[in-house]
Amino acid sequence: MTTTDMPRKVDSGSGRAVPKKRLGGAASGGFRRAVPATTLLWVLAALYGLPVLWFVLSSFKPAGDLFSLPLTLFPEDPTVSGYKAAWDSANFSQYFINTTIVCVIATILTVGVSCCTGYALAKYDNKWLKVFFVGILATTMLPSEVMLAPQFLVVRDLGLYNSLAGIILPAVLTATGCFMFRQFFLTVPDELIEAARIDGARELSIFLRIMVPISRPIMLTLAILSFQWRWNDYIWPLLMLNDPGKFTVQIGIQSLVGAQNINWSVVLGGSVISMIPLIVVFLVFQRYVMNADINAGLKD
Amino acid sequence: MTKRAPDVSASPPRSRSKYTLAPLVLIAANAVLFALFFVWPAVIGLVYSFTNYTGVGAFQFVGLDNYSHLFGDSIFFDALTRTLLYTVLFVPLNFVFSLLIANVLVSKHAKGVSVARVFFFIPWLLSPIVVGVLWRWLFGENFGLVNYLIEKVGGSAVPWQSNADLSLIVVVVAASWAWTGFSMLLFIAAIKNVPTSYYEAAALDGAGPWRQFFSITLPSIAPTSFIVILLNTIHGMKEYPLFASLNNGGPGTSNNLLVQYIYQTGFKSGQIGYASAASFVLMLILMAVAFMQLIVNRRVENR
Repeated sequence: MTTTDMPRKVDSGSGRAVPKKRLGGAASGGFRRAVPATTLLWVLAALYGLPVLWFVLSSFKPAGDLFSLPLTLFPEDPTVSGYKAAWDSANFSQYFINTTIVCVIATILTVGVSCCTGYALAKYDNKWLKVFFVGILATTMLPSEVMLAPQFLVVRDLGLYNSLAGIILPAVLTATGCFMFRQFFLTVPDELIEAARIDGARELSIFLRIMVPISRPIMLTLAILSFQWRWNDYIWPLLMLNDPGKFTVQIGIQSLVGAQNINWSVVLGGSVISMIPLIVVFLVFQRYVMNADINAGLKD
Repeated sequence: MTKRAPDVSASPPRSRSKYTLAPLVLIAANAVLFALFFVWPAVIGLVYSFTNYTGVGAFQFVGLDNYSHLFGDSIFFDALTRTLLYTVLFVPLNFVFSLLIANVLVSKHAKGVSVARVFFFIPWLLSPIVVGVLWRWLFGENFGLVNYLIEKVGGSAVPWQSNADLSLIVVVVAASWAWTGFSMLLFIAAIKNVPTSYYEAAALDGAGPWRQFFSITLPSIAPTSFIVILLNTIHGMKEYPLFASLNNGGPGTSNNLLVQYIYQTGFKSGQIGYASAASFVLMLILMAVAFMQLIVNRRVENR
């Protein structure tokens, strides 16, 4: 599979040894080159940032001012009334707690299970493991959106309908997670394992005591990804949950915006609230996502 | 594992294959999940696609009836062509912008990269539902900022919501905007892994930035480009929540995509068998895309 070939590049080139010095000679042209590149960068950044900025600033406008012309970028008298209305009206606090429970449990399970699988796929050489790997690849071809109806029936038959477990368990197996760990463990030299074996370590304790600790950056990266996936899930919770007391945040927002007459003040407030946890998680762990360089670890 | 005579002690088996228990324990949890939530639904989905099952009670096998109905179902075809059109627009737009931004971000000439990065990344954090709400707010026909600005400079209000094609374009732009962060990350990692010596050699030979990009960067990151295109194609084919919140598949039903069609036939009208048949058509398309891209990629790599 093509994906598996990626780490090889790092082994062959000594490229990353001096990343800062790329195109060393050209640095003298400094300022003349900095201007167009910097301009382009910030024009693009503005293009990407403006929609969010407009959205967030609008959410601070009082409901009456939202549509008053001329539109102003900054609210004239900022208020949080939209937020309060959203928080109180639609049972939002309950949705928040539900979503948090789902995210935390699903993330822990996903990281643990993917780490084990990724290690097995990278460091053991059995025929049936290869078959299993192809099976995991196949899950990307058949995402749950494609199998909505049959997956729903299975989860219902397992007695998980209308429970948070029904959202969590089907989401734990992710091909992306397994890939990430597999690619990381492929870059770990086999000699490390051989040495531990010679020292008499048992297979599982090699995994738990050597491999799990060194894979920490991947764990954090996958944890952030998984948290984001589950926080943003919409269609599966929508199918699984029947009881409004168990709804997640996304269902709550969609029910606000799907209404006949949209109360934009409440929608804006609710949406911005729902963005906060992810943005906080992201800003705190930024470097683990940004440097999601799967080759971090042993190679320099 | 492999076929070998029992007494060949001279050529020992590959050292790793003697471990069976440890890998088995390690993959056990995922194997169970795989069987429960992938194999089982896939099998019953395939079986149900040949039946008239409604989710409860008894069902009859109807042979290929579901599939032959499907091919005569104009609603299904509309959904299918709309989905393909959406994907064909979304994938290249996202590809070009992510690659451009990734290149600007790794360029050492640009200033303020670490701050600008956050701007590209935040849209990716947002849920498709929120992205839809956000762009609906931006492109509202009577109240949106975009139409306000268009009228301000003398244009007339554009029917972003009531024209089916414009409505689709808004979704395409919104999706590309939201997915840039992810594709960009993959590209950045790939570009950083291109050995610097290539660029140094090219610079010595007098190759300019464009030449370096097309002759070194682009071929070197081909595997990543392949993954980005593959992931985005799959993502595009199964889009639903973004449409749900942006225009609810509208105006009318003109922007109902495949997943929405499957959802509605399966869960709103209870035709599980029929919806399963539609699902399998979607699966076949996804597999065809994957195989096609795999072949193209092989050819590019072996060149």
